[in-house]
Amino acid sequence: MIRRHLNLAALLASSLVLASPAYAVTEIQWWHAMTGGNNDIVNKLAEDFNASQSDYKVIPTFKGSYPDTMNAGIAAFRAGTAPHIMQVFEVGTATMMSAKGAIKPVYQLMKDAGEPFDPNNYLPAITGYYSTSKGEMLSFPFNSSSMVMWINLDALKKADIAEIPKTWPEVFEDAKKLKAAGYTTCGFSNAWATWAHIEQFSAWHNVPIGTKANGLDGFDTELKFNTPLEVKHLQTLIDLQKDKTYDYSGRANASESRFSSGECPIFLTSSGYYASVKGTAKFNFTSAPMPYYPDVAGAPQNSIIGGASLWVMGGKKPEEYKGVAKFFTFLSDTNRQAKLHQESGYLPITKAAYEKTKADGFYEKNPILQTPLKELTNKEPTENSRGLRFGNMVQMRDIWAEEMEAALAGQKTAQAALDAAVTRGNAMLRTFEKSAK
Amino acid sequence: MEKTAVFKNKLLPYLLLVPQLAITFVFFYWPALQAVWQSFLREDAFGLSSDFIGLENYQALFAQPEYYKAMGVTVVFSSLVAALSLTIALLFATQADKNLKAAPVFKMLMIWPYAVAPAVAGVLWLFMFHPTLGTLARPLRLLGFDWNPLLNGNHAMTLVVMAAVWKQISYNFLFFLAGLQSIPRSVLEAGAIDGAGPLRRFWTITFPLLSPTTFFLLVVNVVYVFFDTFGIIDAVTGGGPAGTTTTMVYKVYADGRLGGDLGSSAAQSVVLMVIVIALTAIQFRYVERKVQY
Repeated sequence: MIRRHLNLAALLASSLVLASPAYAVTEIQWWHAMTGGNNDIVNKLAEDFNASQSDYKVIPTFKGSYPDTMNAGIAAFRAGTAPHIMQVFEVGTATMMSAKGAIKPVYQLMKDAGEPFDPNNYLPAITGYYSTSKGEMLSFPFNSSSMVMWINLDALKKADIAEIPKTWPEVFEDAKKLKAAGYTTCGFSNAWATWAHIEQFSAWHNVPIGTKANGLDGFDTELKFNTPLEVKHLQTLIDLQKDKTYDYSGRANASESRFSSGECPIFLTSSGYYASVKGTAKFNFTSAPMPYYPDVAGAPQNSIIGGASLWVMGGKKPEEYKGVAKFFTFLSDTNRQAKLHQESGYLPITKAAYEKTKADGFYEKNPILQTPLKELTNKEPTENSRGLRFGNMVQMRDIWAEEMEAALAGQKTAQAALDAAVTRGNAMLRTFEKSAK
Repeated sequence: MEKTAVFKNKLLPYLLLVPQLAITFVFFYWPALQAVWQSFLREDAFGLSSDFIGLENYQALFAQPEYYKAMGVTVVFSSLVAALSLTIALLFATQADKNLKAAPVFKMLMIWPYAVAPAVAGVLWLFMFHPTLGTLARPLRLLGFDWNPLLNGNHAMTLVVMAAVWKQISYNFLFFLAGLQSIPRSVLEAGAIDGAGPLRRFWTITFPLLSPTTFFLLVVNVVYVFFDTFGIIDAVTGGGPAGTTTTMVYKVYADGRLGGDLGSSAAQSVVLMVIVIALTAIQFRYVERKVQY
């Protein structure tokens, strides 16, 4: 009898001990894909937030590359163990958006939690990408970047080039001079092949990638980047590839080191490359806006963003959502955003953080970090330059790159390659449209 | 003499088989059936909606020229990998089988690569032969050879074949060595006394006696190249350039995991499954006849 009472007491006691911390702190899982210095920044953000209050605890977990993180999140959702916050790269946006019920829209989250939130405080060039056509913000912008042209200033001097090239014809001409000056294996190049020559290229020249405002206004969109302008551009690249005035560097960013090693003196890639090039390049360098064709009316328009945003997964408890909302308010803080921008090289997400950085005189000392902002805000965005949102974009990029590679390897003409990229892409869009309805 | 009286209990043998059958069913048949079922569905990545669409996934698949290209790539890739990894491993095994002092060290060194994960093996080769990062690619380019796996399909194929072969040699080596060591010395010595040279002894005595091992390895290697190589391809070339290293199994991975198109991916795995079952059946039906146990 006594023993039974003891057991009961022990059970009660242990259940109390086990239960009490759960009442005190609500845990919020945050899956992300940030490596190196950016991983430290993520951990520091979570630490600071956890120290700032005692009700919630944000637990960041590194889940691998962007596609890996997204796949892990999707698999976890299917198994019923999704995290609260998931970092998804910009090309995964359509997939996340179409998953109604799997996600909790950020504007809804903030409203339900009663957190102060005004979408107008955020930079429209960034939030446009993550909002519905009605302007409802679906995910929370976190690390945004854009594509810029990195320039090896020492190389330009060596080749007697007085000015940084502004247009594509100038880039081609300078690349030939650079080749003659000893950069024989690569006059100019780029990472993220399709981002550079299809996605950013189209926005920058105010031509559509697809219908329906590049898919932002609906999934029944069709690709149309096989116009004479894009064909001419790709054909030029094909011709220049023959003697390596242009040299292809792969689909992703593994070959970015071609710039920092000094092999390619002109190189288009993300502005987020800043931290890496600063640490490794042994020459003077700067960033400049992407080149454009001067004979295209209205060019340059504005660039579009890359990087990732934070999606809130559906089906969680109200108090957990409250914690997520508080965390987003914490992230939006002006000083915190300004510091984040200046340390990581990613863009500031609020207007206030941008103004503050500018007022502090940061850009005079670091003009390189202002280039992507200048590009994004160059002109009021149009239907063609607000952003893009295509289903299955991750894999579609691979298909587009496949076709570009076939063209650059001399197996196809520019026209044939872009036609095939459009046709194959459209087939994927139809599959996506059917599954997403 | 009564032969059937050994097991009186009719139920017991079946009962003893149950755990084995259960495991086989849960881990082999159930997933396979799932794949077949999924290949008839159209699902979004999150599994929120799913429609039964019959054979549409298969129709779409066989209407894709890229799928036939992937089949061609698979044939080239798998024959190269299987042939090279078997011959090289056999060569190494015959050397290790000799009465050398260093043989144990040699054997140990040969086995090491097997412990390396496919993706790591891929990255290793990438670091050697990446056109810009590569420690071996740079000298190659400096010598005037335009090594460019980013655009040249043959170079890319060479790279993934090297990585896949390197990874598989250890496994084959182990089995070949075991096979060689089970060949009675007396037979070889008799051959030597009769005046047969080393090559002659190898082809008339060793190789035929090794045929069960070779046959087993052939089957295993075919399965390896068909199912186990996508990690290497993903790390080294990502299926590029222009699809020249996209094998059928890599396409399953790309469409399903990267593209979120689970229906098509499932349909492709079913096709792949059928092909491998057929290949294995052919191997057992025709190649096995040449095997002397």
